[in-house]
Amino acid sequence: MVEFWYGVVAIMLTLYVVMDGFDLGAGTLHLFVARTNEERREVLAAIGPYWDGNEVWLLATGGALFVAFPPVLAAGLSGFYFAIFLVLWCLILRGISIEFRSHVADPMWRSLWDAGLSIASGLLALFFGAALGNLLRGLPIDEQGWFSLTLFTDFSARAPVGILDWYTVTVGVFAVAALALHGATFLVWKTGGPVHERSHRLAARLAVAVSAGWILVTIATVQVNATFFAGFTTRPAAWAAIAAAAGGLVAVARGLGVHRPLVPFLGSCAFLAGLLGATAITIFPDMLHSIGAPAPSITAYSAANDTTGLWTAFQWWIIGFPLAVLYFVVVFRLHRGKVTAPPEGQGY
Amino acid sequence: MPTDIFWHRLQFAFTITYHYLFPQLTMGLALLIVIMKSLALTRRDARWDEAARFWIRIFGINFAVGVVTGVPMEFQFGTNWANFSRLTGRVIGHTLAMEGLFAFFLESTFLAILVWGERRVGRAWHFAAAVALFAGSWLSGYFIIATNSFMQHPVGHEVLADGTFRLVDFGAFLFNPWARAAYAHNMIASVVTASFVVAACGAYYTLSGRHLDHARRFLKLGVTTGLIASIAVAFPTGDQQAKLVARHQPVALAAMEGRFESGTRAGITLIGQPNVKARRLDNPIQVPGVLSFLAFGTFHSNVPGLLEFPEDQWPDNIELLYYAFHVMAGLGTLMIALMAVAAGLVWTGRLSRSRSVLWALMLAFPFPYIATTAGWMTTELGRQPWLVYGLLRTAAGASPTVHSGTALFTLIGFCGIYLVLGVLFLFLVGREIAHGPEPDLVHG
Repeated sequence: MVEFWYGVVAIMLTLYVVMDGFDLGAGTLHLFVARTNEERREVLAAIGPYWDGNEVWLLATGGALFVAFPPVLAAGLSGFYFAIFLVLWCLILRGISIEFRSHVADPMWRSLWDAGLSIASGLLALFFGAALGNLLRGLPIDEQGWFSLTLFTDFSARAPVGILDWYTVTVGVFAVAALALHGATFLVWKTGGPVHERSHRLAARLAVAVSAGWILVTIATVQVNATFFAGFTTRPAAWAAIAAAAGGLVAVARGLGVHRPLVPFLGSCAFLAGLLGATAITIFPDMLHSIGAPAPSITAYSAANDTTGLWTAFQWWIIGFPLAVLYFVVVFRLHRGKVTAPPEGQGY
Repeated sequence: MPTDIFWHRLQFAFTITYHYLFPQLTMGLALLIVIMKSLALTRRDARWDEAARFWIRIFGINFAVGVVTGVPMEFQFGTNWANFSRLTGRVIGHTLAMEGLFAFFLESTFLAILVWGERRVGRAWHFAAAVALFAGSWLSGYFIIATNSFMQHPVGHEVLADGTFRLVDFGAFLFNPWARAAYAHNMIASVVTASFVVAACGAYYTLSGRHLDHARRFLKLGVTTGLIASIAVAFPTGDQQAKLVARHQPVALAAMEGRFESGTRAGITLIGQPNVKARRLDNPIQVPGVLSFLAFGTFHSNVPGLLEFPEDQWPDNIELLYYAFHVMAGLGTLMIALMAVAAGLVWTGRLSRSRSVLWALMLAFPFPYIATTAGWMTTELGRQPWLVYGLLRTAAGASPTVHSGTALFTLIGFCGIYLVLGVLFLFLVGREIAHGPEPDLVHG
């Protein structure tokens, strides 16, 4: 049951990155792929119906962590205190930028929210990447199972570590590129005209950058946490996940080359899911990896709820999860096809 | 010198109080929107469709602010109350996670269809979206109240030697009797809020002589649901809630009433100022016997006073608790009276000519917001000094690694952001109300 819930958390987090990733990426590129008000409304029409539902995957992941591994949620959120609030504030800015923009047909009002969306989305990708970087690098966990990180120390990735150092920022920048690619492929799929053209060109360039970044981040990870890949070498499932990620990148490039609109997006989904899946398999059972301290890591086994709790949660999760997926299927079907900017006052 | 815990409490209190200004309208209005759309369908009345569209636009703005201010609430369990989360997560993690899975997905995926999708998806799907938002928001309310009810009246659990709570009876936990009473009370209160807002809007249009056909509909619907809900929020649901407090949190009841001495034939206080230092209520005006009756069902029941309990179990802000309760009860009474008068006029067709009552209705829309806020303050201050009643003290629940300097930084950040959000919200809703429910060429 512990392994099952570890898998649930990993899958839901992956779904968050894949789902909210496309609107974060499209948001990041918003100012660049769409120049006129009409084009920007097209981008918003593409992501508008989904962003809120997508964001719920983050909350649902938090919920799964809460019930299945309470000490991980407690130590993780309080330890990353500052970063969490920066994320929350960016989520506020992102949400209202999308929802408020359309209400007033004034160029100043609209450029304000266009910039808000782009900045908030880009920063969110950066912070999420940096958070992943922190988990890979490891955390100064104390004997009671807590840690506390300031936003930065000396950027060295050696003790005393901060949330932002050269390594975590590198992973953050990689995440911005990867999600921007993801958003670009989504816009390639959902839009036509100039937005589609620009997204297509950007996606091709970003795919190269992401491939190079992937290699760089892998080398950097070996530098800061030499033991990280020990789990990887002995777990074939992780190899399969990495193969899916690599295949996804190839599909992005091929799909863009032959102008198949949906293929690059699906490839990008596979890339993100494969990468996160391989990471989750590699670090198991560690959830919060301890460094430089006598205290052991917080693992899935040490943090898990008891069997009754996990089994009870399984019984409602198995009903709720398919329902959530069903809602998304319905909403994607209701919004199928390319988007166009709706008439003023009738959409985003 | 305020302690770390003071800033944690203030930040949570500020962010939750601000947040809940929005969902209370969302939940109540979702029900009224379903009613409007049903009226449009069954009576084949396009004006009700137009009315629904108008309120859906306001709903959308309100919902957006509710979402973005709600997300921080979920996270603050971990960021600021890490010890609480670590100790009780095995229990309350269930309802918090279920809220995400069963309620938030339903609301958030269908929001855009409700707000923008009517033309795209057609009448049936659009009606379904309204029902989805109604069901999602009301489910969400249940899960969060079930979570709170565990803190108020813990059931279905056991406490392990290291202080960790574990779940032993999921059904007892999920259907906590406290949760059932609090849910009914709270959801009806949200209908009161929405009814007052809809009625106030109708009163405003009537007084300003615009959109008169819609104004009549808003008044009739708002006053009808407003009267039913205002009464039901007091009796039976508020009464049930009070009886649970009397039975399970007698010290909270004593503090709510500023009652220091025990005794039978306890009077209910209408006005007075609790003087905690002198252990008495200054300038009290009381109705004898009524508190005994409301709490225990007979006029001669003994209602214990604060002095009967050790001081370390007293709520730590008796004055605020006392006033919160009296503000809620006082405004609740006033709202029933106002709605009763308005209902009498609306059903005899005279409301649109009664300018003084229309003025009162228009200006009264903040009352339910204040009463709901005061009600939650009563619940939460009455729970002190406990996080989980009788089992875990508030002081033991905060994050051990987060100090005042950090907590105050984020609190100040929230103050700034929420001020801007509030201004934007009022600006946008003000524009919608100024524009009115009738469609025009370009609604920009």
